Amino acid sequence: MNNNIVIAAIGAILLSLPFVGVDSYPLHLIIVILIWSFAYTGWSIMGRFGLVSLGHGAFMAIGGYVTALLWNNVGLTPWIGIPIAMALSGVVAVIIGYPCFRFRIVGHYFALVTLALSEVVRQVIIATRDTTGGSLGYTPERHGEGWSILAIQSDDRVAFYYIALAVWAVGIVIWKAVDRSMARYALEAIWEDEDASAAVGVRVTHEKLKVTVLSAVMTAFAGAMYCQYQMFISPDTIGGVGISLQIVFAVVVGGIYNALGPTVGAVITLLLAEVLRIGIGTENICITDKICLNAAGVPLLIYGVMLVMFIIFLPKGIVGGVLDRWRGPAQTGPSKQP
Amino acid sequence: MLTLSQVNAGYGDFQALFDVSLDVRSGEAVAVIGPNGAGKSTLMRVISGMIPAFGGSITMQDVSVLDTPAHQIVGMGIAHVPENRRLFARMTVEDNLRMGCFSPQFRDRYTERLEFVYQLFPRMRERRDQMAGTMSGGEQQMCAIGRALMSDPKILIMDEPSAGLAPVIVQQVFELIERIRGEGLTVLIVEQNVKQVLKVVDRAYILEAGTIRMEGTATELLESADIQKAFMGM
Amino acid sequence: MAEFTDALFSIFFVETLINGLLLGGVLALLSLGLNLVFGVVDVVWICYAEIIMLGMYTIYFLHVDAGIPVIIAAGCGIAVTTILGLLVHRIVIHYLLDAAPINQLLATGGLLFFLQGSAMVAFGIEFRNLGVSLGSLIVSEDIYLSWTRILCFVLAAGSVGVLYVFLSRSYLGAAIRAISQDREIMPLMGVDTKKLYLLTSAIGGALAGLAAALLALQYDVHPFIGLSFGPITFMICVMGGLGNMVGGFLAAFIFSELITIGGYFADLEWGYVLAFVVFIATMFVRPEGLFARKS
Repeated sequence: MNNNIVIAAIGAILLSLPFVGVDSYPLHLIIVILIWSFAYTGWSIMGRFGLVSLGHGAFMAIGGYVTALLWNNVGLTPWIGIPIAMALSGVVAVIIGYPCFRFRIVGHYFALVTLALSEVVRQVIIATRDTTGGSLGYTPERHGEGWSILAIQSDDRVAFYYIALAVWAVGIVIWKAVDRSMARYALEAIWEDEDASAAVGVRVTHEKLKVTVLSAVMTAFAGAMYCQYQMFISPDTIGGVGISLQIVFAVVVGGIYNALGPTVGAVITLLLAEVLRIGIGTENICITDKICLNAAGVPLLIYGVMLVMFIIFLPKGIVGGVLDRWRGPAQTGPSKQP
Repeated sequence: MLTLSQVNAGYGDFQALFDVSLDVRSGEAVAVIGPNGAGKSTLMRVISGMIPAFGGSITMQDVSVLDTPAHQIVGMGIAHVPENRRLFARMTVEDNLRMGCFSPQFRDRYTERLEFVYQLFPRMRERRDQMAGTMSGGEQQMCAIGRALMSDPKILIMDEPSAGLAPVIVQQVFELIERIRGEGLTVLIVEQNVKQVLKVVDRAYILEAGTIRMEGTATELLESADIQKAFMGM
Repeated sequence: MAEFTDALFSIFFVETLINGLLLGGVLALLSLGLNLVFGVVDVVWICYAEIIMLGMYTIYFLHVDAGIPVIIAAGCGIAVTTILGLLVHRIVIHYLLDAAPINQLLATGGLLFFLQGSAMVAFGIEFRNLGVSLGSLIVSEDIYLSWTRILCFVLAAGSVGVLYVFLSRSYLGAAIRAISQDREIMPLMGVDTKKLYLLTSAIGGALAGLAAALLALQYDVHPFIGLSFGPITFMICVMGGLGNMVGGFLAAFIFSELITIGGYFADLEWGYVLAFVVFIATMFVRPEGLFARKS
């Protein structure tokens, strides 16, 4: 089958969704999935090279909070605020990344250092609660009614759908671009053997830093978009260890070595959470007077079991696993697992 | 005492040993000599259960070694001195020796065995509280052999005891081996240092590309023109 | 500046330092179990704090609902977490022993969500307090030290001591120290590594239970309490050098002092920020941990 036809067909379906009678609620879900997919794609750009960051919650939070704070306090439009947030996030990535790569902090040490970053940002948000609202969350001020191009705010889901779709598509394009670039070969070589790569002239720190900054900037953008769409952020919905882990896991579920893996991961994990939430509800189910079960925890519980199963039985994720069945294991990624 | 018959072994898809058969009789010292990559270390590893065999049989006093879980093989009386000594570098000499006595059936005799090792290698008594990793190569080899002797083995299998040591120390190591032989212990040793090892053993096998090429008494082999040409550069 | 020096020499600052020391004892205990498991099994249990959380619930329900004396309830809590430690190893880690370290880390991260979710389903999201108060030790007019904290410190220090003796005197202890130095030759020593892993996981679980008992005296329990202790515990372990129990012990006190001192000059959150920033900075200077031996 011709790939271009498939892409065109999928594109046409996605573009026409709002006109074929998709309700407001499913559309909302799709928008959320698209925004998260973009963040997950951003993570996997570095994660696929063994750079497992548990600090992306920090970049997400920087994206959302900096944009919203600039808008509310300085009146700076997100058109400028978002680039500032992204730049700041890039700077933070360099501050953390440079020494890490320079001093060869890799594997789970890298994961734990970046995890500290998630916590630092979360605690800073909580500590500055007078400005940021702390753990109760923060809302960008509404600018007028309906559409505000200045504030990138809208009541109109259809419009936001197209924005999110474009953002998501750009994410896939970036992923593909990295996949085709020379940097990919350099990074795969570094992952296989850092010393040998350095010996043949690969600039290890430089290459790792480039991909980390790109990944951080994308994630910050996702955080800002999330904030503009949901009009509410809190340290626990876009930051901290919880979100950092959520990002990693969605990618692991979807598949790390394929452009659409993170998207598939987002669809599966977010839909599952939603289906469980609606299906089971959040009411208490009381078996006896004393023993009540709180259904709100069920999605989390199932999510956890699913992740463990995936890592044990399908470490290449759904897309990777399916492709393996289809065309033999050799082509979906390096032999090493992240 | 220890009999290998038609042993095949290797790592994953790579086969390193092909139908290797050899035996070591009680009280004897036997060497397996051969060039780098001949499969000597693989042979040692398969005997002590560090890697599984693809096929064949290994028996120790008529009990199958291959059917015994790796951690119980030392209990059958086979003690392995690994290549490069592999001491626990950040533990004291005495703690290292104690690890040699880990299996519950040996623990009763810990004090007695410790005394035996200290008598054999008085240097170890001096160094008992020193971190093993801080000793010289020769002392580390003593400690590694001592650790293996803690379980009062019937047979000691040694993997390249002279590897990575300075020539003077190599001499010492072979003296150690003679001292151990003097205790009446059965020894199976693999070495690249052919000339030296043939002076301390009774018999030897030549292993090349994973197969036994030749066997004979140490004197025969020392005089063999082939061996001299191949291994001693004469 | 004068304000700052005043604050520094104030009697309350002394109290802060002492409280930091007391907190350090608990953190040391927290890091101990994780470090032990890491040293032996070579896996970081991201869900360690969630095991502690379930231990806290066990103690809470046995004491508050069933009216069992708090000491016995604590014993049961330790039993529960010991079993949990065994299960974590046998059901999950056992199958990932040869997997990449990061996959092992992620799998225990999955368990984190599972345990949180289970706690939410079973116990709801209310904050629950054990309601045991031991009062305060009045040192002087200005300094009050909570007996609970003192008790926690003493118990934590005591268990560190017991563990130290176990590790340095017993055969099993020697094997636990040895395995982190050379995994491959353990069978040559007659050590069944699989069994040693299980045993260590059980000890790690038991230490989590002890930590649970101490934390239950001081903090409310809720399904997400693990998130307040988990990250800090990993960081302490990494700062001290993963698997290095002495390093972890010292790092715990550095962390606790930073947190309480930060909390003294600003908010407690800033204390955490300070501790985490120092942690990140340390990693740049000593990536293998503050107390790593040079190899």
